[in-house]
Amino acid sequence: MKTVKQLFAGLILISLGLESAQADYTLNLMKGVTKVSNDIYDLHMLILWICVIIGVIVFGAMFYSIFHHRKSKGHQAAQFHENTTVEIIWTIIPTLILVGMAIPATKTMLELNDVKESDMTIQVTGKQWYWDYKYLNTDIHFESHLDEASEKAHRTVGADPRLVPHYLLNVDKPLVIPVKTKVRFVLTSTDVIHSWWVPDLGWKKDANPGFINEAWTLVEKPGTYRGQCTELCGRDHGFMPIVVIAMEQPDYDAWVKKTLDQQKQKPDLSDQTREQLMAHGESVYLKNCVGCHQINGAGVPGLIPALTGSAIATGKWESLDGFLRAGTSKMPKFDKLNGKEFAELMTYVRNNLGNNVGEILQPKQTALPDDDDE
Amino acid sequence: MSAVAEHDDHHDHHDDHDHGPAKGLLRWVITTNHKDIGTLYLLFALAMFFVGGSMAMVIRAELFEPGLQFVDPAFFNSMTTMHALVMVFGAVMPAFVGLANWQIPLMIGAADMALPRMNNMSFWMLVAGVLLLASTLFMEGGAPNGGWTLYPPLVLQPITVGKALPFAIFSVHLLGISSIMGAINIIATILNMRAPAMRLMDMPLFVWTWLITAFLLIAVMPVFAGAVTMLLTDKFFHTSFFNAAGGGDPVLYEHIFWFFGHPEVYIMILPTFGVASTIIPVFARKPLFGYASMVWATASIAFLSFIVWAHHMFTVGMPIAGELYFMYATMIIAVPTGVKVFNWTATMWKGAMTFETPMLFSIAFVVLFTMGGFTGLMMSIAPSDFQYHDTYFIVAHFHYTLVPASIFILMAAGYFWLPKWTGHMYNEKIGQLHFWLSVISVNILFFPQHFLGLAGMPRRIPDYAIQFADWNMISSIGGFIFGASQLLFLYIVYDTIKGGTGEKVTDEVWEDASKHGLEWTLPSPVPYHTWTTPPSAVPTEHVLDTH
Repeated sequence: MKTVKQLFAGLILISLGLESAQADYTLNLMKGVTKVSNDIYDLHMLILWICVIIGVIVFGAMFYSIFHHRKSKGHQAAQFHENTTVEIIWTIIPTLILVGMAIPATKTMLELNDVKESDMTIQVTGKQWYWDYKYLNTDIHFESHLDEASEKAHRTVGADPRLVPHYLLNVDKPLVIPVKTKVRFVLTSTDVIHSWWVPDLGWKKDANPGFINEAWTLVEKPGTYRGQCTELCGRDHGFMPIVVIAMEQPDYDAWVKKTLDQQKQKPDLSDQTREQLMAHGESVYLKNCVGCHQINGAGVPGLIPALTGSAIATGKWESLDGFLRAGTSKMPKFDKLNGKEFAELMTYVRNNLGNNVGEILQPKQTALPDDDDE
Repeated sequence: MSAVAEHDDHHDHHDDHDHGPAKGLLRWVITTNHKDIGTLYLLFALAMFFVGGSMAMVIRAELFEPGLQFVDPAFFNSMTTMHALVMVFGAVMPAFVGLANWQIPLMIGAADMALPRMNNMSFWMLVAGVLLLASTLFMEGGAPNGGWTLYPPLVLQPITVGKALPFAIFSVHLLGISSIMGAINIIATILNMRAPAMRLMDMPLFVWTWLITAFLLIAVMPVFAGAVTMLLTDKFFHTSFFNAAGGGDPVLYEHIFWFFGHPEVYIMILPTFGVASTIIPVFARKPLFGYASMVWATASIAFLSFIVWAHHMFTVGMPIAGELYFMYATMIIAVPTGVKVFNWTATMWKGAMTFETPMLFSIAFVVLFTMGGFTGLMMSIAPSDFQYHDTYFIVAHFHYTLVPASIFILMAAGYFWLPKWTGHMYNEKIGQLHFWLSVISVNILFFPQHFLGLAGMPRRIPDYAIQFADWNMISSIGGFIFGASQLLFLYIVYDTIKGGTGEKVTDEVWEDASKHGLEWTLPSPVPYHTWTTPPSAVPTEHVLDTH
């Protein structure tokens, strides 16, 4: 027994050492940056303290009994086995506590549910495995994927995630909202059920395919707030983070202008070197293909075909192009990519991932007529 | 208290001689004896406990450090899915059915279960079901990996679940049929085969809780079978129960699943309450406090379990009236559950307690289950659940109600009744070592998960942000110690069956145990056939006043 005790003492010391080494953790729920999240925090603390007090009383009585009412101390067992008064008291008191809890909880629930009188609406669409944000009544519409550094690190054996800033909690294009503005979210999905959660906003809401959920937030403080998908949505469920940046109104307006300008820009269809095509192609691949076909193009046996040596991938580029634009029952269509991205992606897939077709494709070859228009 | 009564070795000798166990291994295949079947159930459950536990070890190994080290994310999802299915349907539920098989006839003075052949069949269907489920691990595309809840559309997706789905569904059907047959058998036995002297309100709490649990099983297993059958037709026959594009609704599945799923969690905890209510009085040397309120609390919890299911889906998008109703209904469960905890505490109060291994596990159960109950109460507050839902806080909560609750009580039951069943005493020193290792490591394992969840770590992810690293590592260390400690239990079971300490146990085994239950009036080890004539009197210490 002595060695066992030493073992545990050692373990506790190790765990304390670990704690002090990493300052970036929290033990409790975060207060968040909205009124609702603060109300939820208060509810959480209230019920937590109620539980602690009940726990101290009940466990206190139990451990008092364990220490004093033991046979080894010669305690004689009493033989009582019921007491109606006591039993009624300990039924009624918890009931009253619960009624007391229900009142603030109901208030917060009603507040959380009140999506009326919002100033703007953002449509959030969960997709395997990224988020699609559309600012309703504007032209702003973009996808938000896990950033490339995290994407590469979590798919590379031996990579050190500690070197990646905001590992798994960073995206390429964050959602941007203005502060002090009631933002309404409508949430849905195009494939499986996802759930959109940013702890600092105080809530999560499921994104169900074919149905629309509503939620809202009103952020007081500018800042960057991070979260994750919280409903199991397949193999890369752990890799679809959310980043919300709340900005002061002037900054937000500037962001809107910049984003709209960028979206209006036509893709640059000028020729690229092989190296450029391959490097850009890797980015397109990491964003759109890697979730299923994997970083080495090997696919998943029994579920997802390999790209390495695939007849479609290494055959005529025109048929691959048609295949990607049309999709299949298992694979979504990728007509959202522009001509430039098609050239980059196909060049990458056909000359990497264990394939070596040799030829490269230039954006002008793969661009459709309307790629130039929009 | 003269409970031994009619039972008499010499008297029964002639009968026993003709109907002893069959010779050889075939005995275990064809047996209709409740003790043999109980043993089969318990050993099978123990084996599955280690299978499901190994899967948990894979999960904790992958989560030991951030980054993906050992397994592919899809396999990780298979592990979380299969760990849950194996533990729920292969370990915890069969273990309690095993205890019911062994103990209910002994406790109510019945010669055997009411339907012995069906008893045998329900065991072997369980084995078939679990093997079928386990076989999916070796199939193209791997085992189901959409979570044990099998939510569509994920579980129907060709890129997510390969060939495993129909096998998993058929396995659920088999397990459901097995459970329903077991439940029918238990109800029939309890209602028809009690010793004439035993009224319903004289029954030991373990029998009461199982009677109520059996009704829950009959009510909800068909619901689950129906839900998965709809998955099957959606997948293979182009129906659209859950397919929004065809006019269906994926949220409908969640409602149906949790209409099964919530009573299911009580199916795993009510018999736990029953065993705790049986063990604590013996070691407190006092009658159970509040017998009648225990029965009523159990019945109310069972009733409430049917009308609170949507608290598993507060964030799914329900009308405000639904959110509020399910919040209030869920909060109410705290009242009867509280009554139980207070009753156990009052049972210990002013007792003359000793702390043998079964009592230690039972006390740990009361304390740690109550902690799981506290987090359950926190989660019942719907707005707060918008933060807790689907995080490690939930993982910590339900593991507190399952591992240091159901599993600990199953361990306690093993230590408590093994001497009775085998006639051998287990090694108390190793038992206590097993207890202390388990109770410390289970807290190192699960307590930090509260912090992880509150800090924002979602459940069912194979890799995580750096700020979650420390507590995950501590949790994993706890997990490995807990896993390894359970090998001690395996050793103790083996050792006790083989002879244990060599100490001859008395019929009572535990001091004055015969005041608390009929089984302690039988010889140790329990003969192959018992109560061929029912006992004429039953211990009714808990209801003295009403007699």
